[in-house]
Amino acid sequence: MSEQQLSARQARLEQMVNDLLKEAQQQGASAAEAAVSSDSGLSINVRKGEVETIEHTRDQGLGITVYFGQRKGTASTSDFKPEAIRDTVRAACNIARFTNDDPCSGLADADRMATETPDLDLYHPWDITPEEAIELGRRCESAALELDTRISNTEGASVNSHGGLHVYGNSHGFVGGYPSSRHSLSCSVIGQQNGSMQRDYWYTVSRDAGQLESEFEVGRKAGERTLARLGARKLGTRQAPVIFRADIAGSLLRSLISAISGSSLYRKASFLLDQLGQPIFPAHVQIQEHPRIPGGLGSAAFDSEGVATYDKRIIQDGVLQTYLLSSYSARKLGLQSTANAGGVHNLSITPGEHDLDGLLREMGSGLLVTEMMGHGVNMVTGDYSRGAAGFWVEQGEIQFPVEEITIAGNLKQMFAQLLAVGRDEERRSSIRTGSLLIEQMTIAGE
Amino acid sequence: MPNAIEIAHNTLLAPASLSDSDLDRVMNQLLTSQIDAADIYFQASRLESWVLEDGIIRDGNYNIEQGVGVRAISGEKTGFAYTDEIALPSLLEAGRTARAIARAGSQGTTRLSRTTPTQQLYAPLNPLESMTEEEKIGLLRRLDAEARRQDPRVQQVIASLVAAHDVVLVAASDGTLCGDVRPLVRCNVHVIVEADGRREQGSSGGGARESFQFFVDEERALGYAREAVRQALVNLEAEDAPAGSMTVVLGSGWPGILLHEAIGHGLEGDFNRKGTSAFSGRIGEKVAADGCTVVDNGTLPGRRGSLNMDDEGTPSQCTVLIEDGRLKGYMQDKHNAHLMGGHSTGNGRRESYAHLPMPRMTNTYMLPGQHDPGEIIASVKRGLYAVNFGGGQVDITSGKFVFSASEAYLIENGKVTRPVRGATLIGSGPEVLTRVSMIGNDLELDAGVGTCGKDGQSVPVGVGQPTLKIDNLTVGGTSA
Repeated sequence: MSEQQLSARQARLEQMVNDLLKEAQQQGASAAEAAVSSDSGLSINVRKGEVETIEHTRDQGLGITVYFGQRKGTASTSDFKPEAIRDTVRAACNIARFTNDDPCSGLADADRMATETPDLDLYHPWDITPEEAIELGRRCESAALELDTRISNTEGASVNSHGGLHVYGNSHGFVGGYPSSRHSLSCSVIGQQNGSMQRDYWYTVSRDAGQLESEFEVGRKAGERTLARLGARKLGTRQAPVIFRADIAGSLLRSLISAISGSSLYRKASFLLDQLGQPIFPAHVQIQEHPRIPGGLGSAAFDSEGVATYDKRIIQDGVLQTYLLSSYSARKLGLQSTANAGGVHNLSITPGEHDLDGLLREMGSGLLVTEMMGHGVNMVTGDYSRGAAGFWVEQGEIQFPVEEITIAGNLKQMFAQLLAVGRDEERRSSIRTGSLLIEQMTIAGE
Repeated sequence: MPNAIEIAHNTLLAPASLSDSDLDRVMNQLLTSQIDAADIYFQASRLESWVLEDGIIRDGNYNIEQGVGVRAISGEKTGFAYTDEIALPSLLEAGRTARAIARAGSQGTTRLSRTTPTQQLYAPLNPLESMTEEEKIGLLRRLDAEARRQDPRVQQVIASLVAAHDVVLVAASDGTLCGDVRPLVRCNVHVIVEADGRREQGSSGGGARESFQFFVDEERALGYAREAVRQALVNLEAEDAPAGSMTVVLGSGWPGILLHEAIGHGLEGDFNRKGTSAFSGRIGEKVAADGCTVVDNGTLPGRRGSLNMDDEGTPSQCTVLIEDGRLKGYMQDKHNAHLMGGHSTGNGRRESYAHLPMPRMTNTYMLPGQHDPGEIIASVKRGLYAVNFGGGQVDITSGKFVFSASEAYLIENGKVTRPVRGATLIGSGPEVLTRVSMIGNDLELDAGVGTCGKDGQSVPVGVGQPTLKIDNLTVGGTSA
């Protein structure tokens, strides 16, 4: 889309948000908020050198929340026709006839609305044709297949390019919107050795296609990671230190985010209740949110309620500085919104001094986890038990790949036992972390 | 009551003034190139949900979706496009985009013929209208009261009620033209209990392709409230779970998620066509102990995983996956069946018109054996008795799978003794059923709560099994 087409399209979506808000008012709502988005893209998958699927995606949706005093109703649709918009508002108003007065419900406070929408450099359309994407995928996949004869099969390489617009507005008079894009290239191959198969993958993702890793790099890494897993065996049951490799370590931070999110706290469904100002991690740990990094995968100038985002320290010297709150959960807890309605925007843990090899040496003997399976995390108690695969390490050196084991502990203890953060920062996510070394967990196997 | 195809026509085609001959035109446009097969999938769905929290009806949501997806297949290649607008011009445009997968070439024609559904496993009703709003809210309030009435330690109750009404119509180049009206209701109760500074949770629910009356009948929903509290209170007493390899007895019903993860996914046709599954090329081989027979059955009346027809218009059926321990067959959609020289087993499913169909499970379960469940427990000297589970996951290539227990007990000297904390169980799909040493006579299906994810697409499914004894499964507790 050209610059001009884009701003015309954005103006149209903004008009739609205004129409929705007006319609809500006409149907009797005392306040309302609406979001409209429109995206399009291309997904292609190449397998064994041949194109397997070409998908042209075109997604649009609108959602409206109406308030009648303290009663609330929401409705959404993918149909943008005027009569559908009226029906959707009517459906939301009908819902609000039956919900109860909730003293905490309502829009975020008017004085917290973002006053400007800075250009965060989130939109870089990729002018790639399906034919070019197929060629890119082919080159990527063959880089993996040519690596080693033990690479015996493939799930192929995928190229994805998506771009679109998102507009949010509410009856405070706030309307904000911005375009964004997201492009990725991934490859997944299968290796075989002594009759058993292993699969692994690699991907690169960016808002700007020019920032993607080369297709050869992606293919080579997918192949190398698969080869490294061949010959995996079980471990005996034991206690040992564990390193979560950077590419999967973000999941521990996601558990932290969930535990300090307002919705978990007011429901008392968190293992970190009443921990504000308390040490959660050792004193070397610093965790922060920078919502306005140019080109950041999680960047946004306002949250899903229009509240202006801002930089904040979440963990300083190991101590919890803030919860992550929407206006609703903030009111439930008697606090102020932290502009986290809808989640976090670019969270990072400050990297330490060692790269992964350095961390392995610091660990000495233990488990390097490179993949986790399942959902065995109890957010109420912090109990943690998940399937894992990775490598057994002795004297700082990888010995052999392992699989069909579990790692278990309690998140509260695991956080307190975070001995070191690597400087091998994972940058393909809105949650940035290096590898994380945990003092001790229970490994179950044979 | 009008039948499903009439409702589908009236809902999807009539408002856009689309006739059967318009569909013929789109289909013939699709076939004017090197296209082996093509289909058009129309869908209109309505979804309504209500949530009670902190004793009040906090939230309600109403969602309206509709659109049409067009797929064109040439050999192993698939072109796909979709549009939110059901109208002839956008349909023709989506068709042009999808067929670009193949170079222009030969001419093909087809004539669609309406077929009436061969089975009616559920009524073509709209569950959103099966109760008034007052009745839905009244039901949620009763669940809140029932949960709190069970025990003063109940701190928080979140109850939800969801109904979906899905109308689909499929036109395909093999002449298929049929429709389905799919009701689906779901109810869930989640509680948090607290005693002496310790907090725990419990969760229970159910669902079916029925009206909301399903939850009133037999006091089912009240039963979910009681069950959620019971589970949470059991967990308040739980000790650290054991770690290591041991005998595991799985309860009947929902623990059948074992079969879904360990066996089911690995037997989906697409993985086996590509040779990426740990079960690839193993038809006829012994993959389970004698007596183990596992089926995928989409024809159970009213079940969450059941379908009158799959999303390619093929009637659902009962497919034997493992028969008396031997691998018998795969689950197929049309595309993979064609490439493997077989027939669809009615397992071609898609999340919506905006997603491509692929082989998916319906209701997957193991048939009952001979043993009394009490006899199975009594045979275990030391082990784990796991009766409730959260989610699971599988790596179909290595065959490794996990599923996480949310309610489990120790078995000591043939008796169920103390409750233990939740733990993940891990095993290898092609091996785990070879270690089944006793099969209960108490086959049960789950309460209608399953959702399966694959390639980012979610579809409702069912699982089930009798009580099973498995020798040597790795239990991921903390107590080494």
